Amino acid sequence: MAAFKMGKVVLRSLFGKPATLMYPVVPREYTPITKGHMTIDIDTCIFCGLCAKKCPTHAITVDRNARTWSIERMKCIQCNCCAWTCKKGSLKMENTYTSPSTEKIVDLVQGPPKEEKPAKEAAAAE
Amino acid sequence: MAKQTVIPFGPQHPVLPEPVHLDLVLEDETVVQAIPSIGFVHRGLEKLVETKEYTELMYVTERICGICAFGHNWGYCLAAEGLMKIQIPERAEMLRTLWHELSRVHSHLLWLGLLADAFGFESLFQHCWRVRERVLDLFEATTGGRVIFSVCKVGGVHRDIEPEMLQKIAATVEGMKKETKELCDVFVNDYSVKNRLVGVGTVTKEQAADLCAVGPTSRGSGIPSDMRSFNPTYQKLGFEPVVEEAGDCYARTMVRIRELYQSMDLVIAACNNMPEGDIAVPVKAKPEGEFMARLEQPRGEAIYYLKGNGTKFLERMRIRTPTNINIPFLVKALEGCDLADVPVIVLSIDPCISCTER
Repeated sequence: MAAFKMGKVVLRSLFGKPATLMYPVVPREYTPITKGHMTIDIDTCIFCGLCAKKCPTHAITVDRNARTWSIERMKCIQCNCCAWTCKKGSLKMENTYTSPSTEKIVDLVQGPPKEEKPAKEAAAAE
Repeated sequence: MAKQTVIPFGPQHPVLPEPVHLDLVLEDETVVQAIPSIGFVHRGLEKLVETKEYTELMYVTERICGICAFGHNWGYCLAAEGLMKIQIPERAEMLRTLWHELSRVHSHLLWLGLLADAFGFESLFQHCWRVRERVLDLFEATTGGRVIFSVCKVGGVHRDIEPEMLQKIAATVEGMKKETKELCDVFVNDYSVKNRLVGVGTVTKEQAADLCAVGPTSRGSGIPSDMRSFNPTYQKLGFEPVVEEAGDCYARTMVRIRELYQSMDLVIAACNNMPEGDIAVPVKAKPEGEFMARLEQPRGEAIYYLKGNGTKFLERMRIRTPTNINIPFLVKALEGCDLADVPVIVLSIDPCISCTER
């Protein structure tokens, strides 16, 4: 009889805590490395475009002149390839998911304006 | 001779997680012939070699199937490394073995749950999947993903596992062993479960060999074929293939149950014998020539064939998956069975149609 063979398991299920969570009332816990969504520290980015080149789904676009970095969230497959490619370590995989949406969102991050190099004349005058 | 009737089975059927269609030719209640047809989930993934670089293809191959995702990734990397004659570090090899065996544990637990569901044992199905969830949590803690990991790359692996985490994995798997035993006792000893499995869908050793069956399906018929026997890492961990002689659904279930414990032991052994060193070697070469790699997936032997032409795009990728080969075996097993036993026999080969059609 299966009921007797599974008796221990059944009793534990009856009197123990449920194996499932009452989501969304009880939020799910993520591990530190859970692949949620990709973020960028734009201040350290040098707009080399390597992440856009290596992205297998072409979700990332980098505009060097406008100094912007953008990602199409619905295209991204969270493979972490861009973060492993980035020489500056600007890209980071956050462990939370982006909120649900009815549209295909493109997240655009504007970088700081380019620092002006000291003028050649000033350097020559010195 | 009784009048013959054709009953369609699938592509949408409660026991089938994926679509496969069978035309069952019946005489009264007995199946005299089964005619399979596939092609419902074909995605043309092999064609993508023309548009993706060989370093990007692993993201494609791991999406062939959600259950053996890591295995497909490893198989592809194995073939690419063979093509470019790359020797990967020992630690990377052991980490791959660890993740692959954990994948086998979750695949077999998933299958046991589906089998319980097929013979109408709903609570056993839920309990099998509850235990399986702990493996998925281990995957999330070590790779960041629960189904698709993206950790294996040509030349090694992306992520390392810390010694504390290895201990945690070994402890979790040790705990899972006890829980699995409680559930597997029902599959092994229960009277009603045995009634549904013993002597159903019997295929002899000679027939299985003629039909080129692979994996637990062939091992259930007494053929000791397992690709892991040829892998030096598995040899180091003391691997021996699991074989049952009877050739019926019960034997195939027993093979998978025994493999479940064996895989758990292999995971614990891999955690305790993890070599030190690097986890990847740099890869610069462009693939040229051809190479064929063989890997034991949870469902059986899979073959990965790659052909390179000296550019970063491969010329051809061909993957032969275990279910593809086991369909003739299934057709043989269905001959002469009762209509009521068809779902259990179909499940007994652990069909993965996404793998088959790619």
